[in-house]
Amino acid sequence: MTVLERPATSLLPEPEPYRVLGTSAEPEPGLWTRLYRELVRGRRFNEQTTALTRQGRLAVYPSSTGQEACQVGAALSLGPRDWLFPSYRDTLAAVARGLDPVAALGLLRGDWHTGYDPRAHRIAPLCTPLATQLPHAVGLARAARLRGDDTVALALVGDGGTSEGDFHEALNFAAVWRAPVVFLVQNNRYAISVPLSRQTAAPSIAHKGVGYGMPGRLVDGMDAPAVHRVLTEALARARAGEGPTLVEARTYRFDAHTNADDAGRYREEAEVADWRARDPLTLLGSELRARGLLTGDVEEEAAQAAERLAAGLRAALGADPPLSAADLFAHVYASPTPQLREQAASLAEVTR
Amino acid sequence: MISMAGALNLALRDAMAADPAVHLLGEDIGTLGGVFRVTDGLAAEFGEDRCTDTPLAEAGILGTATGMAMYGLRPVVEMQFDAFAYPAFEQLVSHVSRMRNRTRGALPLPLTVRIPYGGGIGGVEHHSDSSETYYMATPGLHVATPATVTDAYGLLRQAIASDDPVVFLEPKRLYWAKDELRPDAPPFGQAVLRRPGRDATLLTYGPALTVCLEAAEAARSRGFDLGVLDLRTLVPFDDETVCAEVRRTGRAVVVHEATGFAGPGAEIAARVTERCFHHLAAPVLRVTGFDIPYPPPMLERHHLPDVDRVLDAVTRLQWEEA
Ligand SMILES: Cc1ncc(C[n+]2csc(CCOP(=O)(O)OP(=O)(O)O)c2C)c(N)n1
Repeated sequence: MTVLERPATSLLPEPEPYRVLGTSAEPEPGLWTRLYRELVRGRRFNEQTTALTRQGRLAVYPSSTGQEACQVGAALSLGPRDWLFPSYRDTLAAVARGLDPVAALGLLRGDWHTGYDPRAHRIAPLCTPLATQLPHAVGLARAARLRGDDTVALALVGDGGTSEGDFHEALNFAAVWRAPVVFLVQNNRYAISVPLSRQTAAPSIAHKGVGYGMPGRLVDGMDAPAVHRVLTEALARARAGEGPTLVEARTYRFDAHTNADDAGRYREEAEVADWRARDPLTLLGSELRARGLLTGDVEEEAAQAAERLAAGLRAALGADPPLSAADLFAHVYASPTPQLREQAASLAEVTR
Repeated sequence: MISMAGALNLALRDAMAADPAVHLLGEDIGTLGGVFRVTDGLAAEFGEDRCTDTPLAEAGILGTATGMAMYGLRPVVEMQFDAFAYPAFEQLVSHVSRMRNRTRGALPLPLTVRIPYGGGIGGVEHHSDSSETYYMATPGLHVATPATVTDAYGLLRQAIASDDPVVFLEPKRLYWAKDELRPDAPPFGQAVLRRPGRDATLLTYGPALTVCLEAAEAARSRGFDLGVLDLRTLVPFDDETVCAEVRRTGRAVVVHEATGFAGPGAEIAARVTERCFHHLAAPVLRVTGFDIPYPPPMLERHHLPDVDRVLDAVTRLQWEEA
């Protein structure tokens, strides 16, 4: 076989990141104001959570400040039966999808690993081992298709995570199975301290799709309507049985990797300032304003929603969570082994 | 009479017929029927969506099976050989074993990982590992290993029906051993006395069971009446039966192929000592694989516990002081 089934060029990403804002694209006022409201809430969520982490109310917080357009765009592109597969940086995507923020922060607060029922919310546990959630998304998507459901899985990963073997295996399985799954790489240019040039020599991350036989798409990750549009198209394609898509969103995290990181050791202030000038909130806000779509009511309501979210976080995270050492043994197996029963009893004995 | 491979095949077929959620994934398990033919005929009978040849990537196989289980299916994964399951280790340890726990029971993972394991088949490098130690040391996994045709069928059906992930270790060198298949395999977590004995108890499982039964037979002519206990599942571990037997005989030898240092025998000896100290007439001894990388096929017979090494250990159980 020498003839390609599909010309490789049809799978290549656009030469420049896809944009909506600042172009002649037809505005979608309803969607854009919804995105704006979620961006405002999202920014407040990131800032409040970081502040609470500094006060010792969370174990750690990998903020997605700067990446809100990706988080919100991803959440709002999903249908109610779709599944989201987030990483540790994607708490906001889960919150924007409607998950209770305190439940979403369970992992990072540290009172349990996953603070919610993944099946009830169709949000997989926030995943820390890089890229290992991607094959889960592929398997779940395949299972849904085998069952005849039109569920699609959206899996999130960072640029550094694309170097992991699981990224490769997940994309390959997805393409071979034509699984209804979309991979969103938030390329924020750094994996902790390591720049993308040390992760890959590919022309872009989106170019990697062609090697698996799936389209790669490149999108401006600061442009919320653009992220939403590209993901919506990719999800529709997956739902229609046309297989997976790899989406690379070019973005930037304004804050350090986590509250415990010192970004000054590996990136220049000037670079940060350049990216802050492309703040996803400001970009969408200015465009809405320029088009006369941002009424005082919308701004007011968004600000209030953000404040309600922040106040809720302060109240809930300011209180100590109920903890029980007996829980440690409860969910290791469907029913505890005799050994775990013994250990639970002996711990209860010494902590009595 | 049926071979162990045949009994495993039958277990898979019956499980697939009984529950449409059961899906098999692996390498060469479809058209070929698996390199050991354990999935023979299943793709033809149930279709390739239920018995699927995946791309060659063990982490991908187990990772996608995990996602399928998250959606409510009941995947059964075949790893082609023991040492080729290692790429899937991260998925097993970081996700499969913990999913129930990390979600407070909201997301159980009913998933079986079948792994042909152990030596004695003249396999070249990377085809003969006894990897049970790694799996036993991973909380959240059940670890089962059949040594009889009846257990091959019964334990595999129980593993697939379990709502917890099970690592199911199939002793390669017993694949072609034939026996009567009985419908009444005891439950998971229960050790079974394969031969009663008064003087000492051999504690074993999987491929070493045959060796222990032969050793017990040979020991008769030397005046030892040895019992042989088949553990069947390493997790859960049947402390109760093990201790009851050892208390009766007062002496025990653990026999397995896996390397000895920090191996299953170390755990078993410690547990027996903690629980039965005052009933013991001698320290619990171990006959295991040596602490070496698995040897080349022409040397493996020196590494594998055999009748002579088991008998040698039995004679060192401080009989003179009894
Ligand atoms: C398998 C694995 N190796 C290392 C780490 C430690 N680690 C956590 S985040 C991170 C950087 C990941 O960078 P990237 O994928 O670009 O995502 P980002 O943090 O920028 O969102 C590293 C190395 C990990 N979580 N998992």
